[in-house]
Amino acid sequence: MSSLFRFLLRHHVFILFILLEVLSLVLVFNYNNYQRSVYLNSSNRITGNIYNAYSKVTNYFSLPRVNQELAAENARLKGLLAQQPGTVQLPENMIQRQPDGGYSFSFVSARLISNSVNRQHNFITLNKGRKDGIKPDQGVISASGVVGVITNVSESFSTGISLLNPRWNISAKLKKNDYFGSLSWDGRDYRFAQLNEIPFHVPLAKGDTIVTSGFSSIFPEGIMLGTIESFEKGGGDNFFVVQVRLSVDFKSVTYVEVIENHHRDEIEQLQKMINDGNNLD
Amino acid sequence: MGITWIKYPVMFVTVVLIQVLLLNQIQFSGFVNPYLYLLFILLLPVSMARYQVLLLSFLLGLTIDVFSNTPGIHAAATVFAGFLRSPLIGRLSGRESEINDYPGLKQNGMRWFVLYTAVMVILHHFFLFYVEVFTLSRFFATFFRSLASSVFTIFMIVLSQFLIFRD
Repeated sequence: MSSLFRFLLRHHVFILFILLEVLSLVLVFNYNNYQRSVYLNSSNRITGNIYNAYSKVTNYFSLPRVNQELAAENARLKGLLAQQPGTVQLPENMIQRQPDGGYSFSFVSARLISNSVNRQHNFITLNKGRKDGIKPDQGVISASGVVGVITNVSESFSTGISLLNPRWNISAKLKKNDYFGSLSWDGRDYRFAQLNEIPFHVPLAKGDTIVTSGFSSIFPEGIMLGTIESFEKGGGDNFFVVQVRLSVDFKSVTYVEVIENHHRDEIEQLQKMINDGNNLD
Repeated sequence: MGITWIKYPVMFVTVVLIQVLLLNQIQFSGFVNPYLYLLFILLLPVSMARYQVLLLSFLLGLTIDVFSNTPGIHAAATVFAGFLRSPLIGRLSGRESEINDYPGLKQNGMRWFVLYTAVMVILHHFFLFYVEVFTLSRFFATFFRSLASSVFTIFMIVLSQFLIFRD
């Protein structure tokens, strides 16, 4: 017994080293996007407040660009309104058409207070939280397209996975002919993502627009993702390897909107019934 | 040595804030990110007990992890660097030459400090980047990312020795 103590005492540094490394690696491996410990991420009170104070200062430097983006979005929205004069003049009509109490999607505007593009797994932190109605699994978009999805929510902050994260795939389709595939990021360049599962017979062209498919309940259909930069036939597969230039500039995105789908529970319940049915067969 | 008890906590907070508020936000060319926070481990007293160095490394790494949403990765890399610090100092200094208890640039000379920093930063960065991707596919892509970031970090740490924490 005493020789064991002597052994432990002599090698206490090495044993402590191994212990701490194992502890760190357990943290790495246990780390799962949806069951993350609420306290070990940047939506907690201390880190959230530090990031928030910091971004309040730095936001002044990006005001000219943000103004420009808002002006451009205003112009785009006004253009859309001009195309549908009837619905604008009679908003009550629209409300009456939805007797079950409102629209299927609603939006909460928020500010990114932390963001990164140069990791393998990039995350976003927003300055809105539970008290503003943010919930996990809500989509995050900016004026130019899809940014990410919320995973963790605290009282007044929330964190999410950025599109620049290989742990997340998003269902996407070609705008011109509705062929769908899944878009994911390979961890190399923050300006490009890859669209998979597009078969060879689909006609593709450089510059084709890729939008969300609306098959998941996170994003509505038709939100901009990017444009085709290049495509080639992958060796051995029956699918194209499509390089997509993302429409969002992840290095400069600041103001975002969080999407709530009011029918999500209903849709998921139905899909769950189908899946359960399949399991029984 | 009463001043040490104020100096190191201040240093800890300073390097963490510089790291998460400045360096993690500036992204040189999209994939290079310097990790200056290792400076804190470099500058701990040479005579400090090794288990204390390890515990502080873990605490520092975990703090950075919390801010950058990467639980465990920075902690693992920093503990690794902290563990190899003492053998490295022993090897670099030789038995006969006396080394100052504060391993700064002014105290121990440019050549010693740059060498010490370079080895520590390279060990830390390579461990960090390979744990982060956790694959040996694209081995060389990760290799060059680690190398590029190491060069930046070494440069910044040496530069910082002319500005702050000189003694």
